[in-house]
Amino acid sequence: MLYLILEQALNGLQYGLMLFLLAAGLTLVFGIMDLINLAHGSLYMIGAFLAAAFYQVFESFFPALLLAILSTALIGALLERVLYRRLQRMSHLSQVLATFALILIANETIKIIFGAQPLMIGMPASLSGPIELITDELYYPAYRMLIIGVGLVVALGLYLLVNRTRIGMWMRAGASNPDMAAVMGVRIKPLFTFVFALGAALCALAGALLGPLLAVSVGMGESILIPAFEVIVIGGIGSMRGALVGSLLVGMIDTLGRLLLTFGLKLVVDSSTAATLGPTLASMMVSLLMVGVLFFRPQGLFPARG
Amino acid sequence: MMKKTCIALACATLLAAGSALAADSIKVGMMTTLSGPGAGLGIDIRDGFELAVKHLGGKIGGLPTDIITADDAQNPETAKQIAERFLKRDKVDIATGVVFSNIMLAVGPAFFAADTFYISANAGPSQYAGAECNPYFFNVAWQNDNLHEAMGKHVQDKGFKKVALVAPNYPAGKDALTGFKRLYKGEVADEIYTKLGQLDYAAEIAQVRASGADALYIFLPGGMGINFIKQYSQSGMLKKTPLFAPGFSGDEDVVKAVGPAMEGVFNTTHWYREMDNAVNKRFVADFQKDFGRLPTLYASQGYDTAMLMDAAVKAVGGKIEDKAALRKALETVKAPTTRGEYRFGNNHYPVQDYYLREVVRNADGTVSNKYVGKVMEKHADAYAQDCKM
Repeated sequence: MLYLILEQALNGLQYGLMLFLLAAGLTLVFGIMDLINLAHGSLYMIGAFLAAAFYQVFESFFPALLLAILSTALIGALLERVLYRRLQRMSHLSQVLATFALILIANETIKIIFGAQPLMIGMPASLSGPIELITDELYYPAYRMLIIGVGLVVALGLYLLVNRTRIGMWMRAGASNPDMAAVMGVRIKPLFTFVFALGAALCALAGALLGPLLAVSVGMGESILIPAFEVIVIGGIGSMRGALVGSLLVGMIDTLGRLLLTFGLKLVVDSSTAATLGPTLASMMVSLLMVGVLFFRPQGLFPARG
Repeated sequence: MMKKTCIALACATLLAAGSALAADSIKVGMMTTLSGPGAGLGIDIRDGFELAVKHLGGKIGGLPTDIITADDAQNPETAKQIAERFLKRDKVDIATGVVFSNIMLAVGPAFFAADTFYISANAGPSQYAGAECNPYFFNVAWQNDNLHEAMGKHVQDKGFKKVALVAPNYPAGKDALTGFKRLYKGEVADEIYTKLGQLDYAAEIAQVRASGADALYIFLPGGMGINFIKQYSQSGMLKKTPLFAPGFSGDEDVVKAVGPAMEGVFNTTHWYREMDNAVNKRFVADFQKDFGRLPTLYASQGYDTAMLMDAAVKAVGGKIEDKAALRKALETVKAPTTRGEYRFGNNHYPVQDYYLREVVRNADGTVSNKYVGKVMEKHADAYAQDCKM
């Protein structure tokens, strides 16, 4: 049981870190540009599909990953220049409508280009097996370890970027008060393009990394968008630290909740009821956490604006 | 009173006779899932159906044929609207295509009320097999439980004693595990229900490992199965605890997406690619030629549906307005089929053989399904006795 919990904790960490890659971009765009981007998940999908396409060309994982990140960042920058810059001046409702339309456009375009059947990204052969963490007791897929590693490195990198660099300072300034930042001489427009491209790159990184684990399919963006929004509401909009803490919280609660709730319920009710009730309750846990945060700390756990 | 009834009956007979002239064309309503995570299934049904019509020279039952295709987007509300359109505006003569049982149950009543034959190429809900069976409903594929029952029997026969089960937490998921347990009598190590549409199964796989099961059975249709099998293989579990699945989670669409990691997965089916009959050989060869991919069981079902329609319409000499005769023809006609042979039971569901396949590595390094053996012979479903038709 102990090893099972340990393994689930690793799974929770891995899920949380992937959520963080998405939530980080979302929270930056939302916080700094004051823009609700429902199509954030579409960038994740586009990144995954590009990685799959490049994988078919090069038949090697890492070049495909790199190219997918670069090209998705480019698409992100382009979208910001052509579309999001205009949306920024509009009301939140218009933004929601326009970016929702973008989801539909992205899904249909991908379907026309790649077809409706899910695609596959092969993982590096050296990472395709499990590794033995504790002899005979705890095996963990090597590839998921890689994801955890990359997630931690990116989280550290983003932390340094936001807190230790000049660009990071501008970003924080933009997040806490964009008008004042502009008055103080921060060139907001290129900063916005950069932030958006960075968000897109993080999406592509998550999409491409998860490609070998999950099916790369049309509509994959929507399923991850909702947890990503929950994360930034819990963490505090615009806050990088909030995104990280929120992601890890959501990842752990979702993964461990499924196990522990079912296990706990089995002590109380019969096992088939517990098997049905456990997952149902576990899927509500994250939403309950969000409701709790909204009730007691509506600004989130780590609000960006003072 | 008696006289009036007689006149009415006579009129009705006359009317029926008047309209029973051979029709000059046939309209087929093809409503299936062409977008979203279940799209691969609907696309295969449609392509299989269209290939059959092509083989028939573009005609069903010798009549000029008009196929009206619509996407239900796996949404019961959308499906209901399309059914209305099919019946009121397009006035289809016969309909087919629905993949998912919840959608079938939503649109079935509209077709039945309009006395329009519905020939299901996939969805086989227990309701329409049992108490709610309908003279206007036929299923060419199977009753939903059948493939699960076949695997339950196989796992039982192989002597597995402690099997873990995984299915999504929705009605068809529970039905699937019920079907499996109907013929599997051993211990259930753990029964795990997941969220419908879940993508990451790390938590469930860890639970299966911890349960100490000697085999695993999953029912995870579409993209869910692809993800699960990939992850199960990566966790190193596939080599230790063998994985069994219904044909839905082991067909060529899943094999293509999962790749080499799929090697060693067993699945049950009513059709397999190597089936040795002329209809199937032509179907497999031309499907690959036309669409550039291996056919799935869904494609074979689409093909068989068109073949059944054709044979029945020919049997009544094109008089598709004569519903009683057409029904009789659908029930009894021997249509060419990719699976060699099947016949309908009293509830219009097939009575047929079920087989086991294993995903194996081919000489050229690709993986695909290979026939292993027969699991059940002339198997009907568990609901037929409740059908009073």
